[in-house]
Amino acid sequence: MTWLIEPTLPEGWELVVGLEVHVELATATKLFCGCANQFGSEPNTNICPVCLGLPGSLPVINGTAVKYAMQLGRALQCEVGPSVMARKNYFYPDMPKDYQTTQYDQPTSFDGELMLADGFRVGVERAHIEEDTGKSTHVGGGGRINDAVHSLVDYNRAGVPLVEIVSHPCLDTIEHAKAYVSGLRDILLAIAVSDARMEEGSMRVDANVSVRPMGSEELRTRCELKNINSIRSMGRAIEYEALRQIDLYSNGESPRQETRHWDEAAGRSTPGRSKEDADDYRYFQEPDLVRLVPSAAEIATIDDAMPARPSARRTALRQLVPAASVSVDVIATLVDRGQDELAIAAIGEGADPEKVVTRLQHDLAVDDFSKITAGALADLIRMETTGELTATQVKQVLSEMVDTGGEPGPIAESRGFEAMPTDDLAGIVDQLIAEHPDEWTRFVGGDDGDRKKMQGFFTGEIMRSTRGQADGRAVAELLAQRSAG
Amino acid sequence: MTAIELSAAVRAGERSAVDVLDEHLARIEERDGEIHAFNLVTADLARSQAEAVDSAVAEGRDPGPLAGVPVAVKDNTCTRGIPTTCSSRILDGWLPPYNATVVDRLAAAGAVTIGKTNLDEFAMGSSTENSAFGPTRNPHDTSKVPGGSSGGSAAAVAAAFAPLAIGSDTGGSIRQPAALCGVVGAKPTYGAVSRYGLIAFASSLDQIGPFATTVADAAVLLESIGGHDPRDSTSIEAPAPSILDALDRGVDGLRVGVLTELAGGPGGVEGISPDVIARTTQAVAALEAAGAEVSEVSVPSATLGLSAYYLIAPAEASSNLSRYDGVRYGLRVDAPTTGEMNTASRSAGFGDEVKRRIMLGTYALSAGYYDAFYGKALKVRTLILRDFAAAYEKVDVLVTPTSPTTAFGFGDKTADPMAMYVNDVCTIPSNLSGHPAISVPFGVGDDGLPIGVQILGPAQSEPTIFSVAAVLEDVASKGGAR
Ligand SMILES: [Zn+2]
Repeated sequence: MTWLIEPTLPEGWELVVGLEVHVELATATKLFCGCANQFGSEPNTNICPVCLGLPGSLPVINGTAVKYAMQLGRALQCEVGPSVMARKNYFYPDMPKDYQTTQYDQPTSFDGELMLADGFRVGVERAHIEEDTGKSTHVGGGGRINDAVHSLVDYNRAGVPLVEIVSHPCLDTIEHAKAYVSGLRDILLAIAVSDARMEEGSMRVDANVSVRPMGSEELRTRCELKNINSIRSMGRAIEYEALRQIDLYSNGESPRQETRHWDEAAGRSTPGRSKEDADDYRYFQEPDLVRLVPSAAEIATIDDAMPARPSARRTALRQLVPAASVSVDVIATLVDRGQDELAIAAIGEGADPEKVVTRLQHDLAVDDFSKITAGALADLIRMETTGELTATQVKQVLSEMVDTGGEPGPIAESRGFEAMPTDDLAGIVDQLIAEHPDEWTRFVGGDDGDRKKMQGFFTGEIMRSTRGQADGRAVAELLAQRSAG
Repeated sequence: MTAIELSAAVRAGERSAVDVLDEHLARIEERDGEIHAFNLVTADLARSQAEAVDSAVAEGRDPGPLAGVPVAVKDNTCTRGIPTTCSSRILDGWLPPYNATVVDRLAAAGAVTIGKTNLDEFAMGSSTENSAFGPTRNPHDTSKVPGGSSGGSAAAVAAAFAPLAIGSDTGGSIRQPAALCGVVGAKPTYGAVSRYGLIAFASSLDQIGPFATTVADAAVLLESIGGHDPRDSTSIEAPAPSILDALDRGVDGLRVGVLTELAGGPGGVEGISPDVIARTTQAVAALEAAGAEVSEVSVPSATLGLSAYYLIAPAEASSNLSRYDGVRYGLRVDAPTTGEMNTASRSAGFGDEVKRRIMLGTYALSAGYYDAFYGKALKVRTLILRDFAAAYEKVDVLVTPTSPTTAFGFGDKTADPMAMYVNDVCTIPSNLSGHPAISVPFGVGDDGLPIGVQILGPAQSEPTIFSVAAVLEDVASKGGAR
């Protein structure tokens, strides 16, 4: 995977980032009631006494949401065990009960990790279940709650199940932060528990950012960045914040611990609430719900159905391919595209590992490669290795295999890419040498420039007489052989 | 006539449900101006329900075990389209869009819901003096309180406005007014009756239960409203044991313990009046005479219940009552910002006792105080549960007074919250432990006002404690309680 050029911090400074990622679970119904969990409905149509927190209503937890949360926990290699719901108390108009039902000291999942493609380990502190709030639209003034003339509240989102994934403050570069979020999204999609769309808010990232002198172990005052709408936007927000903090330190000042609101259009963040007068959320166990106690069998079922993690898939492919010849990025690209299984199977059929990986990387950047079987791919690579097909021909055959799913042999034949045995090629080469003695003398005895020019001449002639079916490399080898002999 | 007799007469076509209703409405008309048991009499709804019962009988269908029996419902229990106020200004104008599970079950049993009864605001109190709509008076002596918080329901049954009533009990709010009004009241095992539609005071302690004039009537009502409800996650899934079937089993061979710390014993709670202790002792003697094996049982942590309760209940209440913020329903006092509107609405909408408990609970949960207050109270709760479990190894039931005194006068305890809180000292442990308890009238005090005796038992022991109460009821009816 290729990122934008990494912005570098001024020399001597190091970035410390921890990410809190909120993910909406793709359940049919909300976390505590039967209302539809649906994005984009008319305001206040997916609501009922429970998700409106009407007096006397009681929550009943959605078993599918709990299962999804446990699946996510296991995908992040977390411990998943008994957990309890808790109340986080604070007043906010879009929160119907004026407390959020969440998890506090006993989250569903904790102590996990996500391995990035370059081998960097991101520690996951916890992944807990909680309910989403409604959505406020502030009308008039500057569109923020403090100066709005009035506020409109849509409770469709209130009670939608979320998992909040909290990383350790261990991300040391913007590239790693981006790779982590992207890796999380891949996992969410792979286990199909969320559609993970940042632009629709079904995946939301808050970044806790601080900086410190390079090599230091301290954790300095951090700022929490909110309103980040894309991975790219997160990178910009972190960079802006890091530079802002370094600026302050360089001027002998210090940042305040605060929440900051990222303005993507303006490319800067503005201060929100100061965390010094932080709310006391008065957490306590939710008395309206009972303890969640998954059985060992439930966890085992989840583990059995778990698709292999990207990091494990990368390792599996990596082990089959010589490390020196193929880069980490290429392996990661194939895993991202979901082509690792095909590659491993083709290698298993005896195809040259390096060629398989290189060919897939360059010539199979397509969404749908489902028609290609490992056997057919292995045959194709074998034809390339033996020189039966030229590089150009291999590309064309592969492209047709994507569309039709045919076998490489018949496709090559139908296109007139007849196999050209090396003996035949040698005959043609010898004949050409005999027909062009002057050029041959220049090839054999000339300087480097002459030799290069004449190699071009002979190769061109051979390609013309074989209508492009000769393998360029085989031709070069034959010419070298004859000149040496 | 008892509810069982009324229902039998209605089901047999001997009496019409409409007549039964009219008779009760007439008594309400005559006397509720003075008693103020009801916040709202739902005469029209009741009439349509009574008519439906009568036509069912006429058509040969069985309307259910509570056929045509008027039932009063505490006004913290949601009734669709009918004001449900919690006796608070904060819910001004709010109409619940749904029925509490118990209200639906009453209707399914053929009951006629006659009105919504007064309570201490949000069920916080022991005298019904904390109602925003004025106090309820004790039908036995209108200069006295009926107890609380379900004072309206207790008074409604005592004044024969309804044979049955629904109450809620968080720290004694059914049993203490039942004792003070001379009726039967029970707090079932936590989870035995659905809380769906009960406006929460303290969710881990709240439990809906019955008021009746007889133990058997209370049993019929409890059986009608109890049982698993998927809408309440804390509802017990196992089927409830039948109470009525066990009601006449007697106490022969039953192990009865006197809970010394709550019955005037040494090292126990102080302030239980001598006449109350005398009636309790008499009740125990009556049980022994009926064949029970009586012993004294110590539950040392029972005396700590009051302190733990007054941290846990306010803590949960502070959270449960946050939603009354003026944004979506109920009272709104306009102000320039949302935060100021929240504050103005809550300041105007809540009464003093509710505000006191919200502050108490907020404080108990606050960072830096949690461990010393709420956290410690939870530990006491665990201790109480353990001590009761140990006690129930030795005995089948425990006996205590229900309330330390008979009904007291208006204003006697309002100036001193602690004096008021002590009223709940005998009833609170069952809420903390989640165990069932029943109060049964047993004689009168020196002032001639009713005294209640409380029977406690382990989880789901309703059949046992009700049968013990039935024995005491029988003794008292024969003049054995003096
Ligand atoms: Zn809903």
